[in-house]
Amino acid sequence: MKSRNLIIIVLVILAIAPQVLPTFQITLLNYIGLYALVVLGLVLLTGVGGMTSFGQAAFVGLGAYSSAYLTTTEQLPSWLAWSAGSPWVGLLIGLLLTAAVALFLGALTLKLSGHYLPLGTIAWGISLYYLFGTMSSMGGYTGISGLPSLSLFGVLLDKGEKIYYLIWTILMVAVWITSNLLNSREGRAIRALKGGQLMAESMGVNTFRSKMVIFLISALFAAISGWLYAHTQRFVNPTPFGLSMGIDYLFMALVGGVGSVWGALLGAGILTMLKQWLQDWLPLVMGGNGQYETIVLGLLIIFMMQRSPGGIWPLLVKLAPASWRKQNHIKITSSAAELPRRDLPQKGKLILEACNVTRRFGGLVANNQMNLKLHAGEVLALIGPNGAGKSTMFNQLSAVDTPSDGEILFLNQSLKGKSSRQVAHMGMSRTFQHVKLLTTMTVLENVALGAHMRGNKGIISSALHIEREEEQRLLKEAQYQLERVGLGEHLYTEAGSLSLGQQRILEIARALCADPCVLLLDEPAAGLRHKEKQALAELLKKLRQEGLAILLVEHDMDFVMNLADRIVVMEFGEKIAEGLPEEVQSNPAVLEAYLGGAE
Amino acid sequence: MNFQIATLLGQDGLTNGAIYALLALSILLVFTVTRILLIPLGEFVTFGALTMAAMQMGKTPKLEWLLLGLVLIDCALDIYQQIKRHIDRNKMKMVALKLGYAVIIIALLNNLSLSEIPMIAQIALTLCLIVPIGPIIYRLFFQPLADAPALVLLIVSIALHVTMVGVGLLLFGPEGARTQPFSDTGFRLGAVLLKSQTLWVILVSIFLIVALFIAFERTLYGKALRATAVNRMGARLQGISPIFAGKATFALAAFIGSASGILIAPITTLYYDSGFIISLKGFVGAIIGGLVSYPIAAIGAVAVGMIEAFSMFWASNYKEIIVFTLIIPFLIWRSMNSHNVEDDE
Amino acid sequence: MTQATEKNLLDISDLHVAYGKVEALTGIDLTLKEGNLVTVIGPNGAGKTTLLSAIMGILPSKGTIHFNGQDFICPNVETLVGHGLGLVPEKRELFSTMSVQDNLLLGAFQRYRRGDKSYDQTLNEIYKLFPRLWERRQQQAGTLSGGERQMLAIGRAMMSKPKLLMLDEPSLGLAPLITREIFRIFADLRSQGVSILLVEQNARAALKVADYAYVLEGGQIAMQGPAAELANDPKVIEAYLGLASKHQELLSS
Repeated sequence: MKSRNLIIIVLVILAIAPQVLPTFQITLLNYIGLYALVVLGLVLLTGVGGMTSFGQAAFVGLGAYSSAYLTTTEQLPSWLAWSAGSPWVGLLIGLLLTAAVALFLGALTLKLSGHYLPLGTIAWGISLYYLFGTMSSMGGYTGISGLPSLSLFGVLLDKGEKIYYLIWTILMVAVWITSNLLNSREGRAIRALKGGQLMAESMGVNTFRSKMVIFLISALFAAISGWLYAHTQRFVNPTPFGLSMGIDYLFMALVGGVGSVWGALLGAGILTMLKQWLQDWLPLVMGGNGQYETIVLGLLIIFMMQRSPGGIWPLLVKLAPASWRKQNHIKITSSAAELPRRDLPQKGKLILEACNVTRRFGGLVANNQMNLKLHAGEVLALIGPNGAGKSTMFNQLSAVDTPSDGEILFLNQSLKGKSSRQVAHMGMSRTFQHVKLLTTMTVLENVALGAHMRGNKGIISSALHIEREEEQRLLKEAQYQLERVGLGEHLYTEAGSLSLGQQRILEIARALCADPCVLLLDEPAAGLRHKEKQALAELLKKLRQEGLAILLVEHDMDFVMNLADRIVVMEFGEKIAEGLPEEVQSNPAVLEAYLGGAE
Repeated sequence: MNFQIATLLGQDGLTNGAIYALLALSILLVFTVTRILLIPLGEFVTFGALTMAAMQMGKTPKLEWLLLGLVLIDCALDIYQQIKRHIDRNKMKMVALKLGYAVIIIALLNNLSLSEIPMIAQIALTLCLIVPIGPIIYRLFFQPLADAPALVLLIVSIALHVTMVGVGLLLFGPEGARTQPFSDTGFRLGAVLLKSQTLWVILVSIFLIVALFIAFERTLYGKALRATAVNRMGARLQGISPIFAGKATFALAAFIGSASGILIAPITTLYYDSGFIISLKGFVGAIIGGLVSYPIAAIGAVAVGMIEAFSMFWASNYKEIIVFTLIIPFLIWRSMNSHNVEDDE
Repeated sequence: MTQATEKNLLDISDLHVAYGKVEALTGIDLTLKEGNLVTVIGPNGAGKTTLLSAIMGILPSKGTIHFNGQDFICPNVETLVGHGLGLVPEKRELFSTMSVQDNLLLGAFQRYRRGDKSYDQTLNEIYKLFPRLWERRQQQAGTLSGGERQMLAIGRAMMSKPKLLMLDEPSLGLAPLITREIFRIFADLRSQGVSILLVEQNARAALKVADYAYVLEGGQIAMQGPAAELANDPKVIEAYLGLASKHQELLSS
């Protein structure tokens, strides 16, 4: 059975559910749908983007309160008088307001690192909650009642089984949009946020923009859920928008499976049902009528985190027969047009130059007065014993780090003040010493990320999948580069399951996908088998032939000596030798650096 | 606002600030040593306060069941692990000791007439009841996650908070409680009237902070905890196990938390769920200290107490909003100064 | 040179370490007799640090590690420290915001816990061995120079009175003069009967002080023998400078 058929079955079941279920169950399903919409945003934000938010409930509140206020107030502002308290205008205003607040909070908090972001969301989550409670025009803690029901195409959605269809239709559209977005150029950039930001920036991705986009989408999903909630209940007060609900939303995402779109639905379902069931039974067991279900839910989450931090959905996927699991990969049509290529500089032209580069860390001088030149059509190797300062030099050459003194010129422009993203746009591409791949994505997707800046279709066309032609071109390019480096058979393999050697080769394919004029390779031969090293050397020779400038930092001397045109040797942060491989090998200073002083 | 009101507000601010400072310090301690943001610290505060209140009303605090349950689970795990590998005489002795301790505490709680014993004995019993819960919680919930990413630790911390609030409701009920002040007299300092409990809170807080300082500066065990915070791998190579460090810091946190609860119980009515907002204010202090600096965290926490007290006067409805919005500029400032290249590894 | 007893202090057989699917070490056999100084040399990336980390229990491994009369299979770090194994890691791992003296004292943490109060005497011995550390005892470890840090790391490891001291690249990043001094200390320690496993890139210096040497290449032991013999073996130089292929070319032509 294909996953598509499965989805159709689920949709059919959802469509007939209100006809057969009792009202109470439908109400429960409505809640599940409303929660799932918020949780879907969290999947995008936390599961995919790696940003934890406890504040989603506040956005639900913004959506709910905007519409509640506009549809019930006696004194509508004159510029809104035409709306006559329509909930649809309430929705529009609510979305605009939420977007504005989210943009503001995002600008403030999305740059926060580590623990600061979740703590920040707790802070504004609480603040907004208290704000709902203290503003007297919003009814204070008693709230606003008497909201109108929604009506759509003249049908009044005043009953649970009627609004059910609206809730679930919106949810399904949101699921569709989210899946589309994740399977696109923008989606790859978003999926790189979790654990690959440094890499993504050096592939030309604006990671802050990607963060903001998913933050905004998740806030808007939450606001729509709040609007639906307000007009289903026809009553709002601050309680459902407090921090404890924000925590619940996150728990739902974690229980269901924070990494996948369907996990949102599953989590919202399981937790809502479980809570209902516990609320019915626990007081009978424990006596009294406190909210004892929180004890069970809390322990459940802890158990889950200890045993299966990925949630329930991945477990289900593992249980499902292999034929259900098979993913439909986008076919690459060979007719897609090729992406335009950059004209490479003439061979022998100076591409990259370090002039008297000194880098200090506190009192430590990691690089002292380093000079080197890299020309088009040349392989330059930077070698030296451990701790010689090669990595520091490499970081400065790739604009990750800035020299304390001296400067680095790339195509005659100083790299001072340039980000690695800007440098990537100028035509520099690199690999990493510790391979930086998105291990759960396919090899093809990883490499296509390299071509990020060669496409320009944005979020909306991605969400609606109307950018498929460009996507084809990008994927075709990725496929071409993969075939070129010899990974053509592994297009749809998960990148994490490749051997380390293949992963390093993949990084080179990804770097090439950016269509660079200079390639910086950080220990490309480490962990490769002999055959693989030979193949890599052949590939690099071919690239050199085409006119690329290649700089490599490498430990494997055999590899370096057979490949490099020139070699720069470093020790204690300084250049101790430079020249042809044979010259370097017989240089006594080099011998001493590697083997220690001969007394 | 006149001088009279200002001194009153100042006293309130200082009292709350001192408590927040204590909490901020234990939050920092736990975080630097174990990477865990101890959100449930506030529950130790309420447990401490409500246990004291129960004793003063002559009731046996039901928290004893939590201690007994946790000790039983803990010992059962100990025995299970030993059966799986080999039986170690010393460890079996430890199991017997732990069980014995729990039994003695429970026996004391059930046989003393709790409302009549001196307050100092009530305090000692409360601490003896709550402090051991800290290390057991570490062992059951966090020890299996020693290598987990920070996010997972945070989630477990939040889930633990949710659970403990539920447990608090189960054991103490929904009613709030207040305890008798440590002493009755007030002091007059010139024109200023000082409430005696205020003085107690400030003095005890200062004493605890100084004691902590000495413990961490002068003793090798204290230094070992600091060492774990500075460099985990370095500490492991000296044989300082992260498990030891984790249990020790959780014991300290439970101690400071419940002590804070005992201190403020005569001033404010606490409910089973009051701890969260109190510990969050400790967090604001800790964040102002950048989650690294103890003195700045303490000063920040006192400032939070002051701002809270004075905003109570000018804009009482917006008190919480002001306190929690305050944190955002600090977050940004800290985030900009923190040197992070990539925190994904 | 003192006579080494015949007892094997450390005996490793068929040790494998893998990072994910990639094997970093394959089938390492290594023996160290009590009182000996054994060195493991080899080019960058040969797996030297991995070897020490596996012995210390920092990395999971397959195979048996026999140390001081006991077998350990994938042990944990703290247990091994308790049994008398000390490691000076490549990154030093000092407590940078604590004083030099505190760093040293923490080295004796296990002894303190066991109730062994004689660590003050060891502290004095270490100050005698490294007078520089005595001068800087109140300074924060983070303010020390590279050589001093290395001394502190060695001193800290010695505070636990280890039966076997393992050192990972002690000469890394040190100027030649200081390297010489550090190696002189190893020779001293060895003559006092401390067993040492020394991992070094600086092959010449290491071979000079060691009794026995292993050459690690590509995660396997490529050569072994008494240090004095390996010191003059041209193959060692080739392994380092990538001359092996040249050699083959010369032979074939």
